[in-house]
Amino acid sequence: MRITQGAFSFLPDLTDEQITSQVAYCLEKGWAVNLEFTDDPHPRNTYWDMWGHPMFEVADPAAVLYELKECRKVYGDSHYIRLSAFDASHGWESVKLSFIVNRPASEEAGFRLQRSEGAGRNIRYTTQPYATGKPEGERYR
Amino acid sequence: MTSAEPAAAAETAIDLRAEYESSGAKEVLEELERDLIGLEPVKKRIRETAALLLVERARGRLGLAHQTPTLHMSFTGNPGTGKTTVAMKMADLLHRLGYVRKGHLVTVTRDDLVGQYIGHTAPKTKEILKKAMGGVLFIDEAYYLYRPENERDYGQEAIEILLQVMENQRDDLVVILAGYADRMERFFESNPGFRSRIAHHIDFPDYSDDELFRIAGHILAEQNYGLTPAAEAALKDYIRERRKQPHFANARSIRNALDRARLRQANRLFESAEGPLDAAALSAIDEADIRASRVFRGGLAADRGGEGTGDGSGAS
Repeated sequence: MRITQGAFSFLPDLTDEQITSQVAYCLEKGWAVNLEFTDDPHPRNTYWDMWGHPMFEVADPAAVLYELKECRKVYGDSHYIRLSAFDASHGWESVKLSFIVNRPASEEAGFRLQRSEGAGRNIRYTTQPYATGKPEGERYR
Repeated sequence: MTSAEPAAAAETAIDLRAEYESSGAKEVLEELERDLIGLEPVKKRIRETAALLLVERARGRLGLAHQTPTLHMSFTGNPGTGKTTVAMKMADLLHRLGYVRKGHLVTVTRDDLVGQYIGHTAPKTKEILKKAMGGVLFIDEAYYLYRPENERDYGQEAIEILLQVMENQRDDLVVILAGYADRMERFFESNPGFRSRIAHHIDFPDYSDDELFRIAGHILAEQNYGLTPAAEAALKDYIRERRKQPHFANARSIRNALDRARLRQANRLFESAEGPLDAAALSAIDEADIRASRVFRGGLAADRGGEGTGDGSGAS
């Protein structure tokens, strides 16, 4: 199942060239670009691991692409990688743009729907990614 | 006002002259000519490089075979001969010709690239490289990166990363290495990888006495100071004397000397002035301000220990 999170996720995956343009836009606005990765695809999983440090000081998209390629070498086959742009200016201090830049090679699993019966006839629903049945690092192999 | 450029309409012919003027390369080169005194061989090399880059760019636009030329450079020369200043101009020039995207200059030394413990060097070097991408990375005293006497020195690791990026990301980054000629030579001998990846070796000659005097005039004019005729003669003597003494650093020594002369001038005015001073008095450096220098009293050696020698780039 194709995960749709962040911007552009209903579009075909961005090419590196398109990612470069997006990064150039972010840098022009003065946002710090970060790379994060995870293999837990649940939409409520906000705690992604960060690749290296936030890139506050880079001037050119080439630097971000360089890190992205390094990150893909390690996690490209097995993890999602997303790029987020953080606006540090006063009053905002928040992420302004975030989109997925890498998906694991085999992105099949999807989500299991779980029903739990509460008091009376009350039923609570929750979703759980099949992938998270396996331990971290072995989920998309 | 100007007529439409015919070359731009149909890309079958390119007017190099117009190209030269419109790219802004002309302004940078003229600025170089105007602001830098002496350094003729350096200016000549830069003009040649600019011409090559312009022709390469024109060839590219006409669809002829062209490749991004290797732009990494090495600047060798004694301290204070203008290496950093020229590097800054170079970054500007490359930016205007479209060979680097941003045209900023990141100046680093060994400390910024090499870490202090295992695993510290690679991230540090990469951080700097990322900061410099799209611009020019200027590595001052580059030979310190390589310390042959310590085989476990982390400098080697920084060199490897540097070489890899210099080779693979030639479009993203231009590296300029700088340092004293003889030590750079030894550095290149022990790191042949560097030599082959650097296309332009530019040597910065020492300034002559006359050039140093003109530089002094330039520095003072920028700060709205002037020399009295007697002070001019004193400064000429000073330059001749200073050159013979240790730690002579060309233009940097002169700048330091002028800073100290300004200090003495301020002191003199403060102590001797009676009544209001006009602008001319406030900006005139007199003979006494320069003659008071210890360079005239045998220099550094005469009163070692009296004053800290500090950066070693100038004696007072």
